[in-house]
Amino acid sequence: MERRKERLDRGIKVRTEGIYAISSWRGIAYMAFPTILFVVGLLILPLVVPTMAWQRIIVIACLFALLALVFDFLTNFVGIVCLGGAFFTGVGGYISGLLNSAWGIPIIFTIPVATIGGALICTLFLLPCLPIRGIYFAIVSLMYPLLFARVIQALDIFGGTDGLPGLSTFPNIWVELYLILPIIILLTFGLKRIVSEDFGIVLRAIRDNDQAVRASNINITWFKTKAVFLGSAIGCLAGAYMAHLYGWVGLSLFALDFSIFPIAATVVGGGGTLVGPVIGAFILAPLSEMLRAFGPLRVVFYSLILAGLVIFSTQGLLPYLERKYHQFERWTEV
Amino acid sequence: MHILIFGLVNSVILALLASGFALVYGVSRLANFAHGALYILVGFSTWLFLNRVGINYIGSIVLSILIVSIIGGAIYRFLLIRVKGMPDSEIIASLSIGIAIMELFRWRGFISEAYMLPPFIKGSVNLLGVMIDWQRLLIIGVGLAIMVSLWLFTHHTKVGLSLRAIAQDKHASMMSGIEPDRTAVIALAMGSALAGISAVVILPLGNITVETGYMVLINAIAVCIVGGLGSWAGVFAGALLLGFSQILATALLGPHWQMVVVLLFIIITLIIKPSGLLGRQKELEERV
Repeated sequence: MERRKERLDRGIKVRTEGIYAISSWRGIAYMAFPTILFVVGLLILPLVVPTMAWQRIIVIACLFALLALVFDFLTNFVGIVCLGGAFFTGVGGYISGLLNSAWGIPIIFTIPVATIGGALICTLFLLPCLPIRGIYFAIVSLMYPLLFARVIQALDIFGGTDGLPGLSTFPNIWVELYLILPIIILLTFGLKRIVSEDFGIVLRAIRDNDQAVRASNINITWFKTKAVFLGSAIGCLAGAYMAHLYGWVGLSLFALDFSIFPIAATVVGGGGTLVGPVIGAFILAPLSEMLRAFGPLRVVFYSLILAGLVIFSTQGLLPYLERKYHQFERWTEV
Repeated sequence: MHILIFGLVNSVILALLASGFALVYGVSRLANFAHGALYILVGFSTWLFLNRVGINYIGSIVLSILIVSIIGGAIYRFLLIRVKGMPDSEIIASLSIGIAIMELFRWRGFISEAYMLPPFIKGSVNLLGVMIDWQRLLIIGVGLAIMVSLWLFTHHTKVGLSLRAIAQDKHASMMSGIEPDRTAVIALAMGSALAGISAVVILPLGNITVETGYMVLINAIAVCIVGGLGSWAGVFAGALLLGFSQILATALLGPHWQMVVVLLFIIITLIIKPSGLLGRQKELEERV
């Protein structure tokens, strides 16, 4: 006798999502529960972890979550495979580091300036590459951070290989935490909103078939530019934040980790969901911190996870959880 | 004269590094980002066989090239075959396999200066007023020999002809009974063997380090992109162009600029003409 698994939508999902007007508190609770769980979970996470070291790890996880968010947005909603997370962190970090160390401008101003200014610079550099497709763009974006790091090293500008030490840092750990956590929540749901609006529809159409969008008299390069500006602003924010978190900027801001890690987080959390990559970053960052004791083995570990997940094409954590939440499964006889 | 000779040597080195990458990409349209890792894998395993196991030099070279070609074939047969046809996943998967291999060596402590392979022939010779060691001349010889034998292989043997057939027209060659997956396994095994051969002739010039793996990968990609992905003449053209400009940059600006030149070449080529100098133009596939 053969059996197969049958998946059916839960009654409450059909009732609340199919009918536009929500009729019961239970329905509202069902709809809002995942979002509330995510938001509240993020906000109370720093309070439940035991030590200050772990709170620091949460801040780092937040920064990686921002990068993962950018990667997911650009890859799955715009169709630009950008492997240049390190480019954004590097540019953002160096701008805010320079402003802070050269003119002593306080953090409140350096981070926003680095975010916007860094986004402008990144977009300007990526602008000529935007018409290039797929694998070619991936290679260019992978090469940019390497190029910048080498140029800084060769010209010996911005502190050269030693970097710029002694930047001002945040007053205490609570400011570090509760400045970045609301930003993450805001950006996650903001991006979710943007991709479901008209702007997002155009972007997804560009991903699916750019020639068709072009035929509808829409300037695809302009739309891509705006998307890249948005993405690189978020990436530069992460970089600037990181610079002030460590009180130091150096060539390691252009390191390959910042390009690889967001991809891993996206693959773990589930691409195309925007919330998934954030969850993925919060899973992977503590994991890689725990493995720090093993030194370089840590990198081996997460590149193997990444290779495994990509090769055996899993759909990620969030789609799995979504399925469990919205559907029930049972075995039926065939 | 100095620039001319060292530029030539450097070009041959680059052509050797890129040949494996170009072969794999040409046959199976697979960008093998684990190329640099396979290169240092050969370096370290030759060192291990030579100094720890105690096999003689020739034996350990042959053994490690054999092992790396089996590993290369296995990587395709068991892992990359699953993501075939999805370029982004191919890059991410092979890059992360490569990083895993390289960082594994770093973890095992292969980072000190002690890891060197002895040169085949010691000493140097005065060539037209420039002192050049025999190993560098040997590299030119090996490079030429490999190019000639690759040409003979792809034009006069059955396997080689089937590799070329797949590269030229996949569907037509599938109709005549050539299996693309089998040829891709052969291509990857051969590409890894080429990486291995270039490793054993080039590595005696310096130390074996993990960073070499990343450098080799970037150089191989640069040569293939500048010359045109999937074109043999392009590999030569790209290697010559990059080889001489690297030497010029080192001579005029300083050693730090060597890598900057390579990266600039990659980015500029991709922006202006993604198919490279001599690649076939596929306008709609690469640009919007």
